[in-house]
Amino acid sequence: MNIPNSILTMLAGIGLTLVSLWYGQNHGLLPVAASEEATHVDNLFNTMMTISTGLFLLVQGVLVIAAVKYRRRKDDNTDGPPIHGNIPLEILWTAIPAVIVLGISVYSFEIYNEMGGLDPMSSHDHTLNVAHNMPGAAIAAPLPGTEETASQPQQAPEQKLIALGVGASPAHEGTTADVVVNVTGLQFAWIFSYPDSGVTSGELHVPANREVQLNIAANDVLHALWLPELRLKQDAIPGRTTELRFTPAKVGEYPVICAELCGSYHGAMKSRLIVHTPEEFDSWVKSQQEVANREVLEQAVAVNPANLSEGEYLAPYAEDMGVNPQILEQLRSSHDHAAHNF
Amino acid sequence: MTQQVQLQESANLPARGEEPGQRKWQDYFTFNGDHKVIGIQYLVTTFIFYLIGGMLATAVRTELATPDADFVSPELYNSLFTVHATIMIFLWIVPAGAGFANYILPLMIGAKDMAFPKLNALAFWIIPPAGILLLSSFLVGAPGAGWTSYPPLSLISGKAGEEIWILSLLLLGTSSILGAVNFVVTIFKMRIPGMGFNQMPLFCWAMLATSALILIATPVLAAALILLSFDLLAGTAFFNPTGGGDPIVYQHMFWFYSHPAVYIMILPFFGVLSEVIPVNSRKPIFGYKAIAYSSLAISFLGLIVWAHHMFTSGTPGWLRMFFMITTMVIAVPTGIKIFSWLATLWGGKLRLNSALLFAMGFISTFVLGGITGVMVASVPFDIHVHDTYFVVAHLHYVLFGGSVFGIYSAFYHWFPKMTGRMMNETWGRIHFALTYIGFNVTFLPMHVLGLQGMPRRVAMYDPKFATLNLVCSIGAYLLAVSTFPFIINAIWSWSKGPKAGDNPWDALTLEWMTTSPPPIENFDATPVLATGPYDYGMGNRDTQVGVPFSDAKDPALSAGPSSALRADPDPAVAAHPDDRQGESQNRE
Ligand code: HEM
Ligand SMILES: [Cu+2]
Ligand SMILES: [Cu+2]
Repeated sequence: MNIPNSILTMLAGIGLTLVSLWYGQNHGLLPVAASEEATHVDNLFNTMMTISTGLFLLVQGVLVIAAVKYRRRKDDNTDGPPIHGNIPLEILWTAIPAVIVLGISVYSFEIYNEMGGLDPMSSHDHTLNVAHNMPGAAIAAPLPGTEETASQPQQAPEQKLIALGVGASPAHEGTTADVVVNVTGLQFAWIFSYPDSGVTSGELHVPANREVQLNIAANDVLHALWLPELRLKQDAIPGRTTELRFTPAKVGEYPVICAELCGSYHGAMKSRLIVHTPEEFDSWVKSQQEVANREVLEQAVAVNPANLSEGEYLAPYAEDMGVNPQILEQLRSSHDHAAHNF
Repeated sequence: MTQQVQLQESANLPARGEEPGQRKWQDYFTFNGDHKVIGIQYLVTTFIFYLIGGMLATAVRTELATPDADFVSPELYNSLFTVHATIMIFLWIVPAGAGFANYILPLMIGAKDMAFPKLNALAFWIIPPAGILLLSSFLVGAPGAGWTSYPPLSLISGKAGEEIWILSLLLLGTSSILGAVNFVVTIFKMRIPGMGFNQMPLFCWAMLATSALILIATPVLAAALILLSFDLLAGTAFFNPTGGGDPIVYQHMFWFYSHPAVYIMILPFFGVLSEVIPVNSRKPIFGYKAIAYSSLAISFLGLIVWAHHMFTSGTPGWLRMFFMITTMVIAVPTGIKIFSWLATLWGGKLRLNSALLFAMGFISTFVLGGITGVMVASVPFDIHVHDTYFVVAHLHYVLFGGSVFGIYSAFYHWFPKMTGRMMNETWGRIHFALTYIGFNVTFLPMHVLGLQGMPRRVAMYDPKFATLNLVCSIGAYLLAVSTFPFIINAIWSWSKGPKAGDNPWDALTLEWMTTSPPPIENFDATPVLATGPYDYGMGNRDTQVGVPFSDAKDPALSAGPSSALRADPDPAVAAHPDDRQGESQNRE
């Protein structure tokens, strides 16, 4: 039977489209989406996967068919047909990719705006906020759009820099987030502190379905706070505060990862993100405050980490990270003056 | 042999000395001005660095075969991947492109040598010391801040190694600028009369675009490195936040060079594909002008996209959108090239030799790198995968699947010209199969790792990623093994391979119109163009009726408008050398 080429091409096209559509939705490559923002990003990714699958299979298909169908026969020393070009075809394959990338750009823009990437507040000037007597001082990061409190560390108002990150989504623009957490990255740990309740923790606890704002700072070198299940990442930059605003949607435990090379134990700089129900979150805050109070009474110094050396302070976390506290201490002191006098 | 080839060859009877183009091996260790010697010096040197970089990669993958940091210390691990990346980029891909251009480009345009032979030799001789300098840093504590060397980390981790890294890069940048000056002047000034820009082989266009990028972007890297050096040694605070400096400014300066650098690494091999594919498909290249000008478009766009490496660092929201759009636009000229190559292959008479296999492998893998490139250009998605193994996968699909496959394709294609001998095809195919499989086994799973949550540049990782990492490591060993067939084949064929003849592929470009290897000044007499560079299958217009000459209807599409078959006969371009005016007295 002889099927005309045009029909074969059409069938191949339909098959390709179906496969692409199916794979674009069913690739299963991403981890669970634990926030509203993550769901948006996943939709974008699925769209890109659909288009990509089609394009990828098209190119591989052409290569394989060409290699099989057009391989030179043994005694054939003639040349192929001398076709130099075809203007309509060339216009077509310039126009199609152009339209595709334009479409992806517009869609990405939409999603980015939806996530709060274009929130004007997040591009405002923020006071330089670096720990002067670390750790713990950076906990009092200034909050965008809120009154700066008296507990601020010494400020250098002349040093204004643009703060960056992902701000409030358009629906929440101009409002303050429900929960604010100040995040400090230092070699090789994250410190999370809650200005509203005075709690300091090595893990990030947040309530589900409430808007959370992270104010991210770094004490020594660049770090990057990555929450894979929230599809969010932001560098922690010494000398600036950056922010991330999001609404966790799924209760659970997720990794917190440092994604920017920050030294030898960069790979061990991990923590946990725990998304509680709002009630659980409140009781977690209470229990932390009680622990802190009890320790103050007992003259324990743990709440005022500024009085501790970093090795001591980090020791509890170091065990989780598989890092020997002594090594940590050594590493810190070896470049102390380089990293710390600002 | 087809008619076009006969025409071109008989118009350019090659020089026949006693031992054409023979050279003593000692010549390759001298400050020699001959572009062919320099080309081979480049290629051998850079290949040695490739093997060293590959050994470092194998060490990196050995460490990553298990989740714990148990093979090397975390500090050493950071040095390993830093030096691996630096070598692969600055001592392998960039100079290997310059090596091929050195050997081939003057031959292609009919020149006797490059415009500035001494400068050319100097550009090469900077490289070995710079490479040895970089490797010597292992004696004092190699740099460990990544090949990006972001401050403040680069300012506080081992100073000596960091400074060595800076010096070595400054030297390599100087070399690459000197080389680029030479290419630009050679292309502009040394083409034979009768070769307009639109009769130039596409490899020359690619080198023009590459050189322009080098000249514009490299000085900015030099500036960034010198300032970083001041911060490091003199305690200034350009980038050091301790003194009020801004580490983000370094990132801007660094990427202003290093993004274009990826095009510096890929454009020459786009050029290689545009040579290898038409010859072995026996068809004219499809869309000559589209391919030529898209190289220039890529150069230009490449200069205005650098901040897409900084979407998660200090880039305001609106600026992220600007860089997202400019980055995406690069997909258009790149797509034009890929589709034009595919159209050239389609309907041809494919000679599936090693060079063409690597060229097709290039398209097959590069297209995935390009697709993930568009993905990471999308800001919301990049925020998730930036600095993860997804990016490691993306960059290797571009740089290994693209540049390295391109280098291999070029090796197999021009080896007969350089050595006068053929390489063994069977071993070439084995080499291709091992490389293609090993490559995909190593790097495909990395996409998944990154999406699932594995950051890059880590010596230890979550045990849930152990299986996929093991697969990657096994692939890496396969890749290491895959180089052996190539090395053995190259060395053996160089001394014992069958004689190649002048034009084993029946190609039309001028480098094939002289002896293999070519004599000292390349051509006996100034070569002439009897046909365009890609006029395969054009036949003789007078005798062959019914052949669809698409260019006759639309001359803008033609590859070589000055080809003797199409234009009025040019007295300097007669079909037989004896009929040639003005040139004949140059031959004895
Ligand atoms: C021989 C096979 C190769 C293997 C197995 C390999 C493996 C790796 C691995 C595992 C990393 C990630 C290290 C880390 O992030 O912890 C890496 C990084 C890198 N490789 Fe390769 N690679 C190979 C070839 C190449 C080639 C040919 C190039 C050419 C340019 C290259 C350029 C790079 C670059 C630029 C990085 C980035 C390093 C960084 O994150 O700073 N690699 N390679
Ligand atoms: Cu970190
Ligand atoms: Cu880190």
